[in-house]
Amino acid sequence: MKAIAIAVLWGLTFAVAHAAEPGRAPLPAIEIAKPGQCVEPKDVIRRDHMKFLRHQRDLTMHEGIRTKKHSLNECISCHASPKTGSVIGEGGFCQSCHDYAAVKPDCWDCHQPKPGQKSVAGARP
Amino acid sequence: MSERNDDRRKFLAAAAAGAGFVALAPGIRLVEIAAAKPDNEAVTARVRWGMLIDTTRCQTGCTECVSACNKENHLGEVKKPRTDAQWIRKIDLKELKTGRALSLPMMCQHCANPPCVDVCPTGASFKRADGIVLVDRHICIGCRYCMMACPYKARSFVHEPHTDQNPEVPRGQGCVEGCTLCVHRVDRGGTPACVEACAAAGHNAMLFGDLNDPESAIAKRVREVKTTQVRADLKLDLGVRYEGI
Amino acid sequence: MASASYVETQSRPAAFWGLLAAGGLFLLAAFAAFLHFEHSGHVVTGMDNQIVWGMPHVFAVFLIVAASGVLNVASIGSVFGKPIYKARAPLSGLLALAMMAGGLAVLAADLGRPDRLIVAMTHFNFKSIFALNMMFYSGFFAIVAAYLVTMMDRSLNGYSKIVGFLAFFWRLALTTATGSIFGFLIARTAYGSALMAPMFIIYSFAYGLAAFLIVQGSMYAWNGLTLDARILARMKNLLAVFVGAALYFTAVMHLTSLYFAKQTDYERFLLLDGGIYTTAFWLGQVVVGGILPLALIFAPGATQTRVIAASVLVVLGGLAQMFVTIVGGQAFPLEIFPGYAVSSTFQDGIVNSYSPVLGEFALGFGGIALAFLITVVAVRVLRFLPQDDFAALKAED
Ligand code: SF4
Ligand code: SF4
Repeated sequence: MKAIAIAVLWGLTFAVAHAAEPGRAPLPAIEIAKPGQCVEPKDVIRRDHMKFLRHQRDLTMHEGIRTKKHSLNECISCHASPKTGSVIGEGGFCQSCHDYAAVKPDCWDCHQPKPGQKSVAGARP
Repeated sequence: MSERNDDRRKFLAAAAAGAGFVALAPGIRLVEIAAAKPDNEAVTARVRWGMLIDTTRCQTGCTECVSACNKENHLGEVKKPRTDAQWIRKIDLKELKTGRALSLPMMCQHCANPPCVDVCPTGASFKRADGIVLVDRHICIGCRYCMMACPYKARSFVHEPHTDQNPEVPRGQGCVEGCTLCVHRVDRGGTPACVEACAAAGHNAMLFGDLNDPESAIAKRVREVKTTQVRADLKLDLGVRYEGI
Repeated sequence: MASASYVETQSRPAAFWGLLAAGGLFLLAAFAAFLHFEHSGHVVTGMDNQIVWGMPHVFAVFLIVAASGVLNVASIGSVFGKPIYKARAPLSGLLALAMMAGGLAVLAADLGRPDRLIVAMTHFNFKSIFALNMMFYSGFFAIVAAYLVTMMDRSLNGYSKIVGFLAFFWRLALTTATGSIFGFLIARTAYGSALMAPMFIIYSFAYGLAAFLIVQGSMYAWNGLTLDARILARMKNLLAVFVGAALYFTAVMHLTSLYFAKQTDYERFLLLDGGIYTTAFWLGQVVVGGILPLALIFAPGATQTRVIAASVLVVLGGLAQMFVTIVGGQAFPLEIFPGYAVSSTFQDGIVNSYSPVLGEFALGFGGIALAFLITVVAVRVLRFLPQDDFAALKAED
């Protein structure tokens, strides 16, 4: 019984609203490969994930702060689809919901949507 | 906060020292752990990352550093030399007067007064506190003014879409990019891939380290031998220096 | 000027729609090129990591420089109080706006990430001369628009002089800033001259007036009017002065550059053995853009048609000059190691080649088409045809 956690992003309100008018856009079917606790409460991360990511992005880029909590790569490592290994494309965690919400983030123009092993850092003399 | 960090550092240093006595290969791990910056700490101007390239050791025809860079940053092999990104390249030189030949790697010199940063209209080109010059791809509009301004042709424009990025090195069509000094490795206490590859090949022509730390190997070397900044006449105060030109 | 009354332009609907269709076609082609470049990346253009600014920039910078120059007609009218130029101030303001819009559109369309235009407008690096330019451009729009309103709305006529002054100084600053885009590139031998910015001002005078004369001539022809011979004579003489000055300054710049040892290699490249760039300089910038128009203007019995022909040549010469300055300056190898012969996989030490694709020209012509369409529509719906006060003109003689 893995992955019963079918996350319906945008929360109950949306689900209720759409239950009332069946037959509109189908809700995104989202599977989470590694169910467990997200770094923020569900409603918070649904509403504000872009703010967290943006904040973290500036810290990492400009100050070299590389904490894991709100790092995009950490999101990907939990949420990549077990089938495609990616958060975008068919059944991709990010894309399903963004398609549904008609949002087109440009993260994937540059970022790798599949998790990858960290490169090994060499020792400094 | 700084107090807590100090405690943390002392603890780390003590732990590392302890580990050093226990481990079989002590010295090098000791230095590495002590130099690694905690993930939650911002980089500071106390550090100035730099590189020293000894052209007398650099081999003509060797491209280990270039291959390592392409591999680390997923740039791929150079198939279209006009449009493919080249963060580091080997230049073969011949002194016109004497005919003396030499070879050296050229990449972003991580200027302290970087012209690319001065001209960038959006502020996408910027210098980190520790001297590493980067392009923030989130705000780069791809105007290529920085490429016009860089005296070393150190930057490339991404001419095509890409999908095979290293997760730690995002890059994509329409932005300008250049050597990051492998910032993702350096922040975790590592060295740039090119430096590692040069050493692995046994040439040891590249030395990376903190120019501000008088005890670092690079600072000592810069103190002892005559090193050159390329186009020193431009007074850009480069982070990359050369020996033997 | 109270006695001046506006003459309605003639209505020729079929021809008007024809013009719109022609302009629209070019705009469409430019849009197609834009989509193609953005989708496939700049790899499908002739531009590369060495020639980073190509044909689109040639057209864009030309349009921007000419836009600031065309406003000169209005400035002569309001700042220096010359009636025949004052009658032409509204048209001059309109052309300035139209050409600026065209140039900026091309510049934006050639960005690597045009979708981030909003970023460009919200993130400013105040040290960047490029960002400064963007502010100058937006200010230019606002001031020239205000200027047009004060000229066309009689109740606001009283402000037109002061706004005219503002527009005059603003456009001088703007062209200086545009010229400085190149002046700030310390690394490139081609742009090392301090004369770059003032030269752009001189160029802008010539290109702007030429563009103005072409449009004015076409409007008169369209309405079956002939431009008064005295006015034509004055304006063509002014064009001759500007073209002559541009030639003179070009000569001074290259002579001073020859004097500096550092620059001699570049001068030799440009003036002697730069291939297409040498041709574009001598044939395009000097002969077509300078000597021929001067000959056309000064040969006895200049007609309206001949002045238009001279103006077209000045525009062509201007495009050649931009090509030489922008592309030629990048084609010349960047000197990283003076005193050494160099070679690498990154085209170090060689003259870079550039073969623009059709789409790059389409993008450039699209900018001209946009300026053209704005002008055609505005001239149609508002009264921009110069209204000369012949009594005043006579009294001045
Ligand atoms: S070498 Fe070029 S890209 Fe690197 S910091 Fe200096 S100007 Fe910028
Ligand atoms: S291409 Fe990007 S980094 Fe370079 S100047 Fe333009 S906005 Fe700045």
